[in-house]
Amino acid sequence: MKLTLKIWRQNNTQTKGELKTYQVDNITDDMSFLEMIDVLNEGLVQKNEGPVAFDHDCREGICGMCSMVINGKPHGPSDAVTTCQLHMREFKDGDTIFIEPFRANAFPVLKDLVVDRGAFDRIQQAGGFVSVNTSGNTIDANAIPVPKENADMAFDAATCIGCGACVAACKNSSAMLFVSAKVSQFALLPQGAPERKERVLKMVEQMDKEGFGACTNTGACAAECPKEISLENIARLNREYLSASFSSK
Amino acid sequence: MTSDKLNSRIPEGPLADKWSKHKNSVRLVNPANKRQIDVIVVGTGLAGASAAATLAEMGYKVKAFCFQDSPRRAHSIAAQGGINAAKNYQNDGDSVYRLFYDTIKGGDYRSREANVYRLAEVSASIIDQCVAQGVPFAREYGGLLDNRSFGGVQVSRTFYAKGQTGQQLLLGAYSAMSRQIGKGNIKLYNRHEMLDVVLVDGKCRGIIARNNVTGEIERHSAHAVALCTGGYGNVFFLSTNAMGSNVTAAWKAHKKGAFMANPCFTQIHPTCIPVSGHYQSKLTLMSESLRNDGRIWVPAKLEDAEAIRQGKKKPTEIAEADRDYYLERRYPSFGNLVPRDVASRAAKERCDAGFGVNATGEAVYLDFASAIERYGEIEANMKGMKNATKEQVIELGTKVVEKKYGNLFQMYEKITADNPYKTPMKIYPAVHYTMGGIWVDYNLMTTVPGLYACGEANFSDHGANRLGASALMQGLADGYFVLPYTIGEYLADDIRTGKISENHPAFETAEKEVNETIQKLLSINGSQTVDSFHRRLGKIMWDECGMARTEEGLKKAIAQISALREEFWRDVKVTGAANELNTELEKALRVADFLELGELMCLDALTRNESCGGHFREEYQTPDGEALRDDNDFAFVSAWEYTGEPSKAVLHKEDLKFENIKLVQRSYK
Ligand SMILES: Cc1cc2nc3c(=O)[nH]c(=O)nc-3n(C[C@H](O)[C@H](O)[C@H](O)COP(=O)(O)OP(=O)(O)OC[C@H]3O[C@@H](n4cnc5c(N)ncnc54)[C@H](O)[C@@H]3O)c2cc1C
Ligand code: SF4
Ligand code: FES
Repeated sequence: MKLTLKIWRQNNTQTKGELKTYQVDNITDDMSFLEMIDVLNEGLVQKNEGPVAFDHDCREGICGMCSMVINGKPHGPSDAVTTCQLHMREFKDGDTIFIEPFRANAFPVLKDLVVDRGAFDRIQQAGGFVSVNTSGNTIDANAIPVPKENADMAFDAATCIGCGACVAACKNSSAMLFVSAKVSQFALLPQGAPERKERVLKMVEQMDKEGFGACTNTGACAAECPKEISLENIARLNREYLSASFSSK
Repeated sequence: MTSDKLNSRIPEGPLADKWSKHKNSVRLVNPANKRQIDVIVVGTGLAGASAAATLAEMGYKVKAFCFQDSPRRAHSIAAQGGINAAKNYQNDGDSVYRLFYDTIKGGDYRSREANVYRLAEVSASIIDQCVAQGVPFAREYGGLLDNRSFGGVQVSRTFYAKGQTGQQLLLGAYSAMSRQIGKGNIKLYNRHEMLDVVLVDGKCRGIIARNNVTGEIERHSAHAVALCTGGYGNVFFLSTNAMGSNVTAAWKAHKKGAFMANPCFTQIHPTCIPVSGHYQSKLTLMSESLRNDGRIWVPAKLEDAEAIRQGKKKPTEIAEADRDYYLERRYPSFGNLVPRDVASRAAKERCDAGFGVNATGEAVYLDFASAIERYGEIEANMKGMKNATKEQVIELGTKVVEKKYGNLFQMYEKITADNPYKTPMKIYPAVHYTMGGIWVDYNLMTTVPGLYACGEANFSDHGANRLGASALMQGLADGYFVLPYTIGEYLADDIRTGKISENHPAFETAEKEVNETIQKLLSINGSQTVDSFHRRLGKIMWDECGMARTEEGLKKAIAQISALREEFWRDVKVTGAANELNTELEKALRVADFLELGELMCLDALTRNESCGGHFREEYQTPDGEALRDDNDFAFVSAWEYTGEPSKAVLHKEDLKFENIKLVQRSYK
C-alpha cells in the first residue's frame, strides 16, 4: 500500500517543531508500524535527509520504549498494543497517518518523536521499592505465602511497562495510572507493608514535583494503556494516599 | 595444556566447598574505604542492575550506564519463560547437584565445573531475594510459589511470572537500583553508549562514553569496570534480541586486551515466529515454556506438506495418523522438552527434507489442541460435569491455556493474525542467545586487570548450549551474589589509590580515537545504508555460521565478511552530525563492530573440528545426525586474543577438567 505520513519533526528541545509530509510506498500488511517507519527512514537516508528519530528497542511490546501518538491516539488505533506491536494491516492503501510524540510538560521532546521520560524514573526512585539489601540469607521465599488472588492482582499491576501513554492520553497529563500501578503492586503484597504509607506519600509528592497534572477521572489513561492497567489501581492509590496522609498528620 | 595467559583461579578443594571457602578467603574492603572507591557498571539488565544495586548497598560509589532512556528497558525485560533455581519445592528430587549436572550436560560438556556448581548453589538465594523485593511470581492456590518445566531436564524447577518473568525480575533489580540512585550511591547515565575502555598502567580505569542526546564524548574514571552489556546475537541481523543489543562494549574491551571466549557458541532457539518478509526487523520468540504443553509436528506425507504450503489444506485437516511428532518419535524420553539445540536441528532437518509448512517451507507446527482437551477434561471433572460436550471441554481447556500463556498467544496473534487456540502456531528456529562472550576467571575478571564481565556478556556458565531459564539465573547470580564478593579481592589493593584522574593521557588518547572513528563514519558519505550492510552480514552469518557449519562455508564467510567490512568503510552512508541525537550514527558504530566480530566467530567455528551443543559442524555427526563431540582434542575453552585483524586473532586454550562428572555422549532418547 501507499501512504501519506504527517510526522512531527523537531531538532531538539530548544527548537520549535512542525509536521512534515512524507510518502511511503510498497508497504505490506504483515509489516509492523515501526518497520514501515524503517522503510521511510532508509529512503530518507538514501536521499541524504535526516531519518525520523523515534524510541524503540524490544519491538515486542515489553520494554516500553516505543512511544508515538498515531492519529491522535497514543500507540495508535488498536487496543492493548504498543506502537511496535501495531501492524500495517490496521491501515489501508491511500491512508494519511499523523505521527506525533507523547506530549506532556513533564516529557520534553528531545528530537522528533523521542521524549524524555526521566520523570518516571525519579518517581520510582522516590519510593517505588522495598528496602531490602541483597544478602544470601533473607527468609525462604515460601516462608511468606501470598494468597493467589492478591499475587495475581499485584502481578497485573506490575505489568505496567512505564511507557507513558497514560500521560499522553490524559488532557491534564496526569501520571496517576503509572504511579498507581506501582503503588498497588506493593500495597497488595506483604513485602510492601512496612513502607506502605511512606511510599505512597513520597511517590505522589515526586509526581507533583515533576509537573504532571491532576487526575479528573476521565479514564482516558486506562483506555489507551497497552497493558490494560485498570482504573481500580487509581482508586486504590487514592485510598492509600488518604489513609497515609491522615495517619501521618 | 592451558595457555599460561589464562589463569582461571578456580579455588582448590572439593567442588561443593569451593565457593564458600573462596568467599571466606577473599579480601574485604572496609565500609569507610568503599566510599573512596568508584565502580563503573555498564549495562542495567539483570546482571548490571543487580550488580550496581548490590555494590552500592555495600558502600561503593557506582556509576551505571545504559543506552536506553531508562535502566528498566534493558533487554532482560523481554525474557518470557522463567528462572531456574534448585529449591526442590515440588519435591521431585531436585538438588544443587542435579541443577549443576543438568547444566553441564545441557552445555554439552564445554563449561567449567566450578562456575556451574556455584551458579546452582546460589540459585535458591536468588528466588528468596526477588520475593523479598516484591517480585510477583506465579503462585498456587495455597499461596506458595508455582513451578514449571523447561527443556533438557526432568524436574520442575522454573519459577515464573506468566510470560513476563524477565520483566518482573528486572523491575525488581531496577527498584533496588532506584533506591540506591535516590540515596545518591549510584549515579545513572542513561542514553549513554560506551565506546571504549581506558587502560592506565595495564589496569582498566574507566570508559569513554557518548551522550546519545547531545553527542558529547565523555570520560569516566573508576577503580574497576564491570561490563554487563548482554549478548551479541544481533550480529545475525535478525534475532530475538532487542534492536539495540550490540557487541560494542565487549568488542572494544576485546581490542584492548580482553580475550573473547567461544565466540561461535550461539543458541538458535527452536520456537520463534518465522520470517515473513524482507523488511522484517526482528524475530519474536515464543517461550520455551510452551513446549510444556505444545506438541511439535509436521505432516508425515510430503504431499500433505505441499498442499499446506499452497494453502490447499489446513493443519487441522491432517489426521492424527498422518502427523509426524518428530521430537516425540526421535527422543521418546524427553519428547518435546529436548534441549534447544537438539530441537532446532530437528526442525531444520524436517524442513530441509521438504516437510515445512509455510510458504517458504521454513516452519513447523506447535500445537495446543491436545493440551486444551486434556486440561478441559480435568476442569470438567473438577466441576463435576460428567457428560461435558466436546465444545464445553474445549472452552474450559482454552481458559486454562489462556491463564498459562495468554500474553504469548496474544502476541502471536498480533503478529501473524492467526488464532493459536484454534489452529497450531507456526514456528521456526531463530538466533536467540550467545553462550560465547568475554573470557572471565572464577572471579568474573577478564584478562584485563580490573575489567569484569557479567551476565550474557561473559562466556562463563553455559558451555556450548544454554538450558532454558538459566540466563536469568546466571545474570542475577553474577550481579547479586558473585561479583560483589569477588571484586573485593581486586579492589582491596586500591584503598589508597585515590580518585583516578580523567586527565591521564590514556583517557585523552581513547577519547581522540573515538572522535576520529565518528568523524570517519560521518565523512564517508557513500551510497549504502547502515542497515543494508547489517542485513548482508546477517545473511552470511546465518547461512554459514548458523545452525549448520562446514569448513568450506566458514572459509568463504571469513573472506566475504572481510570484504564487506572493507566496503562498509568505503561506501556507508551515515547522515546527520556528531553533536546531536543521531540514531544512524549509533547504528553505524554498532554495525562496524559486528563486522569484525562476525569474522572471529567464523574463525572460531572453523577451528573447532567437532560438533557440540549449538555448534554443529556437518563433518562431525553421528550416524543418526546427532552432534559428535571430540573430547580428546576439544575439551577446552577457546579464548581469542586480538592482534589487529579479527581473522589473525591468536587462540589460547583453557583445558576443561571434569573431576565430578563423567563425559558421555549426550542422550535425550
Ligand atoms: C525474547 C527473549 C526471551 C528470553 N527468555 C528467557 C527466559 O525465559 N529465561 C532465561 O533465563 N533467559 C531468557 N532469555 C535470555 C535472557 O533474557 C538474557 O540472556 C539476559 O536477560 C541478559 O541479561 P544481561 O543483564 O546480561 O544483559 P541485557 O539485559 O541485554 O542488558 C544489557 C545492558 O547493557 C547495556 N548496554 C549494552 N551495550 C552498551 C553500550 N555499548 N553502552 C552502554 N550500555 C550498553 C544496555 O543498555 C542494557 O542495559 C531470553 C532472551 C530473549 C531475547
Ligand atoms: S500505566 Fe499503562 S500507559 Fe501508563 S505507563 Fe504503565 S503501561 Fe504505559
Ligand atoms: S519497542 Fe519495546 S515496547 Fe515497543
